[in-house]
Amino acid sequence: MSILFAFLVGGVLCLIGQLIMDLTPYNISTGHILVGYVTTGAIVSAFGLYQPLIDFGGTGATIPLTGFGHGLTQGVLEAIGTEGFLGIFSGGIAANAGGIAAAVVFGYVMAVVFNPQG
Amino acid sequence: MTDSNNSHEAQGKKLKSQVKQSQQQYDQQEYQTIVKKHAPKKPLLKNCASAFFVGGIITAIAQVFFNLFSNAGLLERDANTVVVILMIFSGAFLTGIGVYDRIVKFGGAGAIVPITGFANSIVAPAMEFKREGFIFGVASKMFSIAGPVLVYGFITSIIVGLVAFTFM
Repeated sequence: MSILFAFLVGGVLCLIGQLIMDLTPYNISTGHILVGYVTTGAIVSAFGLYQPLIDFGGTGATIPLTGFGHGLTQGVLEAIGTEGFLGIFSGGIAANAGGIAAAVVFGYVMAVVFNPQG
Repeated sequence: MTDSNNSHEAQGKKLKSQVKQSQQQYDQQEYQTIVKKHAPKKPLLKNCASAFFVGGIITAIAQVFFNLFSNAGLLERDANTVVVILMIFSGAFLTGIGVYDRIVKFGGAGAIVPITGFANSIVAPAMEFKREGFIFGVASKMFSIAGPVLVYGFITSIIVGLVAFTFM
């Protein structure tokens, strides 16, 4: 059942992205979409509105980039509780260190090992 | 007499070439407007359906792994981290072997929005610019899209943190 909910929530989040790309007169690139999603996720999460979506959709909400924004904000807010002011700067990255390091390392390794097709 | 003839001829040639050039320019503009008019409109419904489907499938696969790991006894937070790392690895690997570009072509935003698309945005330009070296090619181009994502993500979350710290 959780898999179906993940499919639905993830699908809807991607559908919104497709609508933004197709219906706006500007040329919306991958970068715009990704930056917009992270920022939106971080802001929505600040008002406590993203956690309910995760409770319902699981990875359907955490895997889209809005989930990364949510992770950053929640990391900061949690770290403020334990570390005080310093937590503002360390919390977000600490909470997502695994993903960030994986992106850098795997991104680099794959780019070095493989060559572009065609 | 021949001199003036020659100069006349030269002037004529120059004029002719100028006329030809502007004619070409005009033709090109005309062509562009015709192309614009007749370009196939993006099939919105089909795009949305495939974005929904591809995005849904990717997150559903992630959920399968999440269930596996949490059943194996990992805490929710750790299971999340492992799944994110796994999805980033898959996205990067599929980009490397050239499969992910095809998924993006079919799924549009459905393949861009999940974190696999983030991995794709790192590997694709890095691979492309490998010939410019391993520092200013690969390592620098990795962040042509991921860099802005991290910048705005960090800044937004830190602003939220500053506001929360001041007012709560």
